[in-house]
Amino acid sequence: MSRSPYLSSAPSVSVIMLKVMLALVPAIVAYVWVFGAGILVMLALASITALCAEALMLKLRNRPIKPFLMDGSALLTAWLLALSLPPLAPWWLVVVGTLFAIVIAKQLYGGLGYNPFNPAMVGYAVLLISFPVIMTHWPAPIELAQAKLSFANQLQYIFGVTSGMSLDAVSMATPLDYLKTQLTLHHTVQEIVSATQFGLLGAKGTELIVGAYLLGGLYLLQQRLITWHLPIAFLVVLALMAGVFFMVDPTHFANPLFHLFTGASMLGAFFIITDPVSGPTTPKGKLVFAAGIAILTYLIRVYGGYPDGVAFSVLLMNMCVPLIDAWTQPRVFGHQK
Amino acid sequence: MSSLLNIVKQGLGFGDAYAAVNGGVHPPEHKQESTHQPIGQLPLPKRLVLPLRQHVGTLPKVLVAVGDRVLKGQLLAEAEGNISSAIHAPTSGVIAAIEDALIPHPSGLPDRCLVIDADGKDEWIAHAPLEWRNQDKAQLLEGLRKSGIVGLGGAAFPTQVKLRTSAKSQVKTLVINAAECEPFITCDDMLMRERAALILKGVEIAQYLLGAKECLIGIEDNKPEAAEAMRLACAASHLSKEVILKVVVVPTQYPSGDARQLIRLLTGIEVPADKRSTDVGLQCFNVATLLALHRYFDFGEPALSRIVTITGNVKNPANYDVLFGTPVSDLIQTAGGALAGTNDYIMGGPMMGFSLPSVEVPITKAANCIIVSSPNLFAPAPPAMPCIRCARCADVCPVSLQPQELYWFSKSSNLEKAREYKLFDCIECGCCTYACPSNIPLVQYYRFAKSEIIAQDRAKEAADLARERNEFRLMRIEREKQERAEKHAQKAAGAKVEAAKTSANETTDDPAMAAKKAAIAAAIERAKAQKTSLTPQNVSDPAPLVQAEIAEIDARREAAKQVVNEQASSQDEK
Repeated sequence: MSRSPYLSSAPSVSVIMLKVMLALVPAIVAYVWVFGAGILVMLALASITALCAEALMLKLRNRPIKPFLMDGSALLTAWLLALSLPPLAPWWLVVVGTLFAIVIAKQLYGGLGYNPFNPAMVGYAVLLISFPVIMTHWPAPIELAQAKLSFANQLQYIFGVTSGMSLDAVSMATPLDYLKTQLTLHHTVQEIVSATQFGLLGAKGTELIVGAYLLGGLYLLQQRLITWHLPIAFLVVLALMAGVFFMVDPTHFANPLFHLFTGASMLGAFFIITDPVSGPTTPKGKLVFAAGIAILTYLIRVYGGYPDGVAFSVLLMNMCVPLIDAWTQPRVFGHQK
Repeated sequence: MSSLLNIVKQGLGFGDAYAAVNGGVHPPEHKQESTHQPIGQLPLPKRLVLPLRQHVGTLPKVLVAVGDRVLKGQLLAEAEGNISSAIHAPTSGVIAAIEDALIPHPSGLPDRCLVIDADGKDEWIAHAPLEWRNQDKAQLLEGLRKSGIVGLGGAAFPTQVKLRTSAKSQVKTLVINAAECEPFITCDDMLMRERAALILKGVEIAQYLLGAKECLIGIEDNKPEAAEAMRLACAASHLSKEVILKVVVVPTQYPSGDARQLIRLLTGIEVPADKRSTDVGLQCFNVATLLALHRYFDFGEPALSRIVTITGNVKNPANYDVLFGTPVSDLIQTAGGALAGTNDYIMGGPMMGFSLPSVEVPITKAANCIIVSSPNLFAPAPPAMPCIRCARCADVCPVSLQPQELYWFSKSSNLEKAREYKLFDCIECGCCTYACPSNIPLVQYYRFAKSEIIAQDRAKEAADLARERNEFRLMRIEREKQERAEKHAQKAAGAKVEAAKTSANETTDDPAMAAKKAAIAAAIERAKAQKTSLTPQNVSDPAPLVQAEIAEIDARREAAKQVVNEQASSQDEK
């Protein structure tokens, strides 16, 4: 009985997922630095929910539980979702989002390898549509906040046991949000970016997190866990879009660097759009997919109803993946195109 | 050379320049182990088992009977049909049996074999060198049918067929395959180190037969000793004064030893998938095959033995010159025996080889390597996980297929789609499986899908044929009926007595005639069916491979089916 090849070199799925989570660690550290340790509670909540939901669904679907829990994919989804949410969101928001991501977006479609949509982004989109107010209330970075919150205060926010304090007291519009609302009030971009929450390139404080995502992304590239096509195409096209608009009218459109370093650009470029299961597989297809997400993201940011558009763009492009793959088949050896 | 390259490229409509070979992998080489000792000689075995099917093509016709005494080098079975190869007695002895025995084949099924009890005298049949210089090429090639030489790189395609077809077209470049890209195997490496000058003599013969203007020897850079030996031999050969003759060292990367991959590496020419390399002026031979040519022409010796690597979990890994028909167990014993922990014996390399059903199977012409395997050497594959579409398989595929899509189509038996995605361009090199993080036995799925498609095509053809035959039969019956009616009418018009007599005769004669006619028609149809049966091209070998390998593929299909079923069931269990 031929079983060749007898050799194997590949890291297992679990190792791949673990390494991606490792690549997220710098960003988590930066998160704690900028927003406080509350994010760790969010991550823990999301992780526990994801593992429980995954185990339960596997049990219901009569699948082996251990190998699929060990593959790390549910944990990674949970982390990506938690890192996309406002860090002082109430506990049930994380739980509901994670449940939706794991149960509906992943397991009901057939589990690992079968989900057509990025589960973390499905969870995020559902929350954004259902609870827009909470989802757009980001706490101010510690250095900018009026009231400094202790870890205990943060826990109170997350578990909803605060009595007097409302979230408004500690939250602050994110730069993308602020830019959008101020532009409708006929301010120029130059006036707007002089507000306190704007930093060197993007948002004060979160720039650090964005840099950490970039660092993690470079690690993924170095480890060959992702190919250059997706992040490069996404960032370049996003910068190009922003660059063209910026050149036409710098008073109404932010510069390209601002777009690269705010919102979910870096997280998306290296960790979200690189989800292999829901993305295209051909090199050309990856370029098309990432470029599509970049264009949609920019359009949603500038003309859409939401401050950021990575999640919706990813989901929209997920729908196009079968088509993209079919149209971008590489030339097979010995065949003409 | 570059001008030739451009002409071919433009002629085929390929405007763009090619980058290096796509994909490929770098598995651990394990070549050191078996290159410490010089090539050894195995003691004469007591009994040799010679499978009739040691080559790609039709079975040869047996010329001897049980009880016959045969001499070393005697023709035992002659090539029959277009693609076939002869078999000779590797030593002197008596034909003990002509029976089905286990052969080294992935299916593990027995096949017809000639069994020789060696008499230990090793007595040669009368043989003499054949003059080939300045001789008529067609005649030389015809004579080569009796040589029994097949491609010794592992494909075992009859060399005479390859030389005959390439002599028909213009071969400008002779590519000599010494890449030996599979891990563990070192038989070509050692052969080049020790017998480079003899290989060059074979190159001279092949060059003469093909009329090649250029001979390129492709060697991977992990064999510097072999490359140096070949370089020296090239410099010493007078052939270097007549044609371009050079050693080209290529980077070590599996599977650069695949003929089409190596051709592209050495010449930049990408042989179109629907053509043979000879159509673009190229032919490729393995070094050991060329040495066999030298022995045949310059000594009159047919193919009787080959170099085999014995390595892995064995005491003294080395290379031996082994007579065809020698049991694998003899080889293992000579190499000091299998070490503790041995659980499997692999013929071929770890990427494309297969597990032997028993160590008593014989060494055949295709057997380049025996790996004594243990779980430490090759860990059993962990259970397969779902495909996560990471496309690592696509990154390493040397023919730029999309293995993850082919897997999906094969698994769901979407065979049309699999064919559309060029399943038949898959060379089954195993790179995809090697790189798969989910441990999916991808190649197994492709083998299964290929054989399913071939079986479907055959069934469809058979059905078409049956329908045609039936239509023809109905037509014939109708025609005969009309003819009879006409005859009756004519007879009725003639003399009454005469008419009555003849019509009586007609009715008794006619059914017999009709039956005869039908039998003849059916026989013709059968012959036609046999001729036209099949075939889509398979693997890296040309179409005739498939045509001739129906039985083998059937067996493989069964085997593959089993694996896939096992996979599916084990996945379901979880």
